[in-house]
Amino acid sequence: MSTSAIRSYLPPVIEVDAENELLEVAMGPHHPSTHGVFRMDVALDGERVVRLKPVFGYLHRNHEKIAEKTTYLASMPYTDRLDYFCSMTNNWAYALAVEKLAGLEVPERAEYIRVITAELTRIQNHASAIGFLMQEMGASGTPLMYAFREREKILDLFEELSGSRMMCNYMRFGGCRVDLPEGWLDRVSRLVAELPRFVDEMEALLTGNEILMARAQGVGVLKPDLAVNAGVTGVMLRATGVNYDVRKVDHYGIYDRFAFRVPLGDHGDIYDRYMLRVLEMRESIRILEQALPQIPAGPILDPKSKPRGFRPKPGEAYGRIEAPKGELGFYLISDGSGNPYRYRVRPPSLINLTILEDMCLGQNVADVVLIFGSVDIVLGEVDR
Amino acid sequence: MLGEGILKGLAETAKNFAGSFVSEERLTTVEYPEQRLPQIENTRDFPFLVYDGEDPMAGLRCVSCQICEKECPPKCIYIVKSTDKKPDYVGKAQFYPTRFDIDISVCMSCQICVEVCPFDAIKMDTEFELSTSDRFGGLILDKHKLAKPNSYYQKIHPTEAAEVDGRLEEEKQKLEAKAKAAAEAAAAKAAADAAAKNAAVAPEGQA
Ligand code: SF4
Ligand code: SF4
Repeated sequence: MSTSAIRSYLPPVIEVDAENELLEVAMGPHHPSTHGVFRMDVALDGERVVRLKPVFGYLHRNHEKIAEKTTYLASMPYTDRLDYFCSMTNNWAYALAVEKLAGLEVPERAEYIRVITAELTRIQNHASAIGFLMQEMGASGTPLMYAFREREKILDLFEELSGSRMMCNYMRFGGCRVDLPEGWLDRVSRLVAELPRFVDEMEALLTGNEILMARAQGVGVLKPDLAVNAGVTGVMLRATGVNYDVRKVDHYGIYDRFAFRVPLGDHGDIYDRYMLRVLEMRESIRILEQALPQIPAGPILDPKSKPRGFRPKPGEAYGRIEAPKGELGFYLISDGSGNPYRYRVRPPSLINLTILEDMCLGQNVADVVLIFGSVDIVLGEVDR
Repeated sequence: MLGEGILKGLAETAKNFAGSFVSEERLTTVEYPEQRLPQIENTRDFPFLVYDGEDPMAGLRCVSCQICEKECPPKCIYIVKSTDKKPDYVGKAQFYPTRFDIDISVCMSCQICVEVCPFDAIKMDTEFELSTSDRFGGLILDKHKLAKPNSYYQKIHPTEAAEVDGRLEEEKQKLEAKAKAAAEAAAAKAAADAAAKNAAVAPEGQA
């Protein structure tokens, strides 16, 4: 690669007036805007950001090493705690990797349950992500509370299903842990019928709001080539206009059976990311509307799957899904024993965060908080 | 018009605010300690040990096989296995835990212990008001605190408990049938043996 090509991937160097002294600010680890414990060392020239160094690792829990020391099943509850907003999709990604490793089949009914829970997860994640973004913009409370009101309904459904609201620990290798409780599907259908009204409400509240537009449009712009080269995925990538959704490119699960569109952005700014989240919620509702009536009866777990003494044959596998935050992948190497030889998580939050400096340079310090919020990260997944 | 979007948004919040006075469904919160939402049936938080019958310690289903101790991801179960056996709830001689502690400050409510227990001895509780200022006394539960009757289990998880009870009953009947069959076979064999003996050694063989 030529030097000029490499230079185009490096953050632009901001010219600083030699007369001025830079002000270094440590934002975080306990800053109202940081979602968890995250620090940004920002160097400021007046209000302008000239350098930004993300510092993470405060929430490191040794997830991968612990997983290599325990059985395959024992890591499942720990995956709930990666991105604790989306435990269902975390479970799915890990189960998918193990299923590939061990060659397990997932029964029809379980595939449908997985799609339903994953799309509900996406809706509640996007709703809260928008809420948090608005919170950071100064819209204290209202959008976030509206989002949480809907999220609560979805979490109640998860609790009925799995026993826990956030730490679901619901999926198993080759299916799901328990069958749907009685009347659960009806309650989901009722909720799904109400959800468009909620999205409309959210849009009436925010889309077209002049303050939001003034603060979000043209701010934190990410260029498509940089996004692709940095491995950015999910809403962040699609907001730049790159058409890449693992549900469409990888055909995992049964997503091929549903008609849904992948919304794409144009400018790669904060407003596009907001808009994309709204549109993705609508598409998720569409998927749910199609999946709910189709769900067949039948078993929910591959009979070959067993909780104890699970020993996949030696080999490696990478399972990935489109989690609400981006491509979530699990890479496993088995040496034939009861615990994985290597266990690696590809966390979308961490990788989407790596371009934070590029998006923030030259912007006002007040916008850093917004740009950071629009990435939609959860520190549990960043630090693991 | 500048400001139109803001006004539209404010109309939405006003609708919600005014609506909360007339419509129940817009009031989404309850005032917790006084008001409570109904418990969701599948809720789980920490494990407890199920016992049958009257005496908690005699009726524990746990046979101290220590599978849950081994499979618990954060390893928060501590079991000491008994050296002697005593009859369990169906009357079979089994080991029992002389010590069974769960440190619920470490437990992450994953219910893997429940899944792996082959004896339906450990189940998930729904009791959540457990906050205490005593880290060790209050949060390390020993087997006396963990033991709860089957009727309690039936109360908190009716559907699940009915299924478990049905399965246990079936097993018990199978076991009884087997025992009966074995007893009958043994009796038949003994009778046959005795008859053979009787035939061989005439009248004196009788006891
Ligand atoms: S609770 Fe169950 S798994 Fe644990 S020691 Fe007792 S019988 Fe074994
Ligand atoms: S619920 Fe999970 S963490 Fe708690 S004792 Fe059981 S296996 Fe261990």
